[in-house]
Amino acid sequence: MSSDHDVVATQYGTGKKTVKSYVTGLVLSLIFTFLAFWVVTDHSLPTAAIYIALTVFAVLQLIAQMYFFLRMSASNSEARWNLMPFIFIVLIVLILVFGTLWIMYNLNYNMVS
Amino acid sequence: MADASTTLGHGEHSHHHNMDAVDVFGFWIYILSDCLLFATLFAGYAVLHNNTFGGPALKELFSLPYVLLETMFLLASSFTYGLAMISMYRSNRQQVLGWLMITFLFGLSFVVMEVNEFVKLYMEGHSWHSSAAMTSFFSLVGTHGLHVSMGLVWMAIMMFQVAKYKVNPVMSRRLTYLGLFWHFLDIVWIFLFTIVYLMGAI
Repeated sequence: MSSDHDVVATQYGTGKKTVKSYVTGLVLSLIFTFLAFWVVTDHSLPTAAIYIALTVFAVLQLIAQMYFFLRMSASNSEARWNLMPFIFIVLIVLILVFGTLWIMYNLNYNMVS
Repeated sequence: MADASTTLGHGEHSHHHNMDAVDVFGFWIYILSDCLLFATLFAGYAVLHNNTFGGPALKELFSLPYVLLETMFLLASSFTYGLAMISMYRSNRQQVLGWLMITFLFGLSFVVMEVNEFVKLYMEGHSWHSSAAMTSFFSLVGTHGLHVSMGLVWMAIMMFQVAKYKVNPVMSRRLTYLGLFWHFLDIVWIFLFTIVYLMGAI
């Protein structure tokens, strides 16, 4: 029975999932979500600052959920195997999105008479 | 039946363990490739969201309190799925089923709210064929909603399987897959509500 339990508890290169880690992740996600909605509805900051604040809150919430929900880390080799392709995909996503915006902005700029 | 499946797990313990780790890593690679699908849709939305073809700006069509409630439902479901996983580590089948049911209901509430929003937009004449902006909006948000709906079907199947079989290594692996998928969908939603709804409302 105990060996069966060990198999069930396999973590696949992630940190240990505990109630505490999930509650921490939930509280942080709630804080960042409410802050993001608040800066938009309050609208007292300059527009550029709101864009920056929203980006920061989204990235912070991404990190909170990666760390406390998915339990990603670089603590052992199995965990780093999960982390490496993730970092690669983040790079590709950034190239794809900002590359598209860059090209389309230039096309728009050069083709409008 | 249930006995047969647990002894299978016992007999090939180390083999199973290694294969499972490779399988879960493979599923993680799938999740990351799905990120690319969403990246292209986000890029399309970023380029086209102002091309409303004379229709109203997208921000006039959204209600932020409504989106906040949707966000809460999806975040809550991501959290309760984690509690289902912890119950599974403790081999408590009744708790796993209970938390999966609660997760399912939160996820279903999210999908119902989103479908309701889409139907309302369609009825008011703002459908996906009215402008490039609406096409990119429906493609992006709709693809995410479709993923969540598929996740719900998958979760219903898992509830049936957990009820039928014991919490064994096979169930553990399958619930790990669904957990990765479900947390991933909540992470995509962070960027969806930030970029589409909040940045659109500035």
